[in-house]
Amino acid sequence: MTGSRDAILGRIREALRVEAPHHAHAKIATGNAPVTAPFREWLPAVGPTEADRVALFARLSEMLKTEFIECADMTSAAVQLHRLVSENGWKKIAIHDGKLMNALLAKTDGTLETMSADGSYDKFEMEQCDAGITECECLVAQTGSICITTWSSGGRALSVLPPHHIVIASRAQVLADLTSAYELLAQKYAGKYPSFISFITGPSRTGDIERILVLGAHGPKKLTVLLVP
Amino acid sequence: MSESAIDPKTQFHADADVTTADTDRRAFVRKALGGYKTTRAKTESAFTDWEQAREAASAIKYEGVNHLDTILTQFETNFTARGGKVFWASNSQEARDYILGLCAEKGVKSIVKSKAMTSEEIHLNAALEEKGYGVIESDLGEFIQQLKKEAPYHFVFPCMHLKREEISALFEKEIGSAKTDSPEELTMIARRFMRRHYLEADMGISGANFIIADTGMISITENEGNARLTCAHPRIHVALVGIEKVLPRLADLALFLPMLATGGTGQNMTCYNSMYAGPRQEGESDGPEEFHVVLLDNHRTRLLADPEQRDALHCIRCGACLNVCPIFKNIGGHAYGTTYQGPIGSVITPHFKGLQDWKHLSGASSLCGACTEACPVKIDIHHHLLHNRRNAMKQKPVWWEKLLWQGFAWMMNRPRLYSLAIRIAPWMQKLHPIVFGSVLDPARGWTQTRDLPEMEPQSFSAWMKARKEGRK
Repeated sequence: MTGSRDAILGRIREALRVEAPHHAHAKIATGNAPVTAPFREWLPAVGPTEADRVALFARLSEMLKTEFIECADMTSAAVQLHRLVSENGWKKIAIHDGKLMNALLAKTDGTLETMSADGSYDKFEMEQCDAGITECECLVAQTGSICITTWSSGGRALSVLPPHHIVIASRAQVLADLTSAYELLAQKYAGKYPSFISFITGPSRTGDIERILVLGAHGPKKLTVLLVP
Repeated sequence: MSESAIDPKTQFHADADVTTADTDRRAFVRKALGGYKTTRAKTESAFTDWEQAREAASAIKYEGVNHLDTILTQFETNFTARGGKVFWASNSQEARDYILGLCAEKGVKSIVKSKAMTSEEIHLNAALEEKGYGVIESDLGEFIQQLKKEAPYHFVFPCMHLKREEISALFEKEIGSAKTDSPEELTMIARRFMRRHYLEADMGISGANFIIADTGMISITENEGNARLTCAHPRIHVALVGIEKVLPRLADLALFLPMLATGGTGQNMTCYNSMYAGPRQEGESDGPEEFHVVLLDNHRTRLLADPEQRDALHCIRCGACLNVCPIFKNIGGHAYGTTYQGPIGSVITPHFKGLQDWKHLSGASSLCGACTEACPVKIDIHHHLLHNRRNAMKQKPVWWEKLLWQGFAWMMNRPRLYSLAIRIAPWMQKLHPIVFGSVLDPARGWTQTRDLPEMEPQSFSAWMKARKEGRK
């Protein structure tokens, strides 16, 4: 069942028989030639080195109210995790399988109670978790965003359902801009994309009441990024 | 407020009279939009070149909209290959029937919804409720408007006209929560209320900000996380999308996501920008079993057929033109009586719902051009308002107005007659107070709410002549 497919396409083709004037932009290629308007250079600038990228990500995190912690090694990342657990009195944390994740958990003292979001998990159990830890595809310096997909970060819900989201990432994952992030995804998944990709930019928020910022609307109230070398 | 028995123009005048008299509410709305102006200016300045970025965005939307047939079929092929289903709806009825049919066929009991202006456009909630399907709006602003049984005030900020005490009273009455004057606590009330719906609903309904052709995805932009939760656990996901929301390539989002955020709220990036590529794929741990995209025409092809105004379909619904519009700030969102308010709504509504019935909205403009300047995709909004005025007059000329202009032209071509008229006019004006503002006043449209400046007894050319002679 496709509905009024032919009727709509017919109306579109009829309408497009007359070319539209280029109101705004200088006339570029027309007809069926693909038009690629270059835009990367017009977006907010990012410095050339890794240190520039990390510094910009840190600056934007502060603005976005993301807790950004540069850790000397995985052991100190585990210390940070324990600090969060004890400060907030967390009982259970949702996790998924992954290289960085396993390295992080290996450095903890083994007292954390976890639930796995891999396979068919219990969504009600996940809702009861105090926090969710995920890996990511990359971090984007230009916007202070974390790019996640179902494959990198334990599905769709793990990073949004528990009230605190923790991301474990390595320095090499900090990319310059959104274009680099899309290039990475295209390379990595080459035509077989995950069913869900998301750029997370700060903890969940709303300004719907009197345009006053409130963190933690429906998603996480807090977002922590642990960056390891 | 959206549909009424009296004609839209009369309703518009009546509603605008009421809202413009409410100076307290006007000040409240103006203050909220003042905050937008400041944050947006700051975010814009972080761009290496905002104007060039607008040019690029405009060019990409031009490419998409002017190849709409190939772009949509490309999307369909790619999306279907990933296990999604595409339904093409010519009008509201077809879209509603398809979604209602799905609900019946799949045994849907409860529905959670994230923000979708297309669903307002086709009155989806009313249709679902009439058939007994419970539907909950999960976006905080939309949830408040749903409880209030009122249409959104602004298509990005649905309840920006409400004060916290009004929202607290509404929550108290409708969901039995305790009274509070804290926006944070009010948000938490909604959060707690919504949680189980995300987990228990059978169907999640969303809109979409972009249709991505080359990878067969839709992209949803949001701050709250409610759309992500709406699309995570319910077993069926339905996205209702206008056919014009196309982008040729996934990588184009690298430009459009920051621009939508900047135009929309002044943020550098909205909190969640998510791309959905089909239902749950093999090996994934969650996501819906079925994913349906309903492509909605509903007279968009009528606008497409007008090449002069076709760029109005480039709109990414950021709401920037509303935020800067002096008319919106004074009459408010509800007076428009349309799904899409503000300048862009005034441009497109006549194409969707009839030019003669909705031409008055194009008249409600100061033509200041603030909308065109604010638009991230450079739609020529204020000129389109003029185009609508011209087209309306061409389609259905008003005889007395035509006669008036003919008379004016006739007199302007006769300088002596003109100068005679100029000399008589100040004397005639002395008689004006007799009828001023009454039904007998020929200038009533103006004088009802405004003063009329007094004419000088001496004309400009007479003054100039006297001045020159004085110098000699």
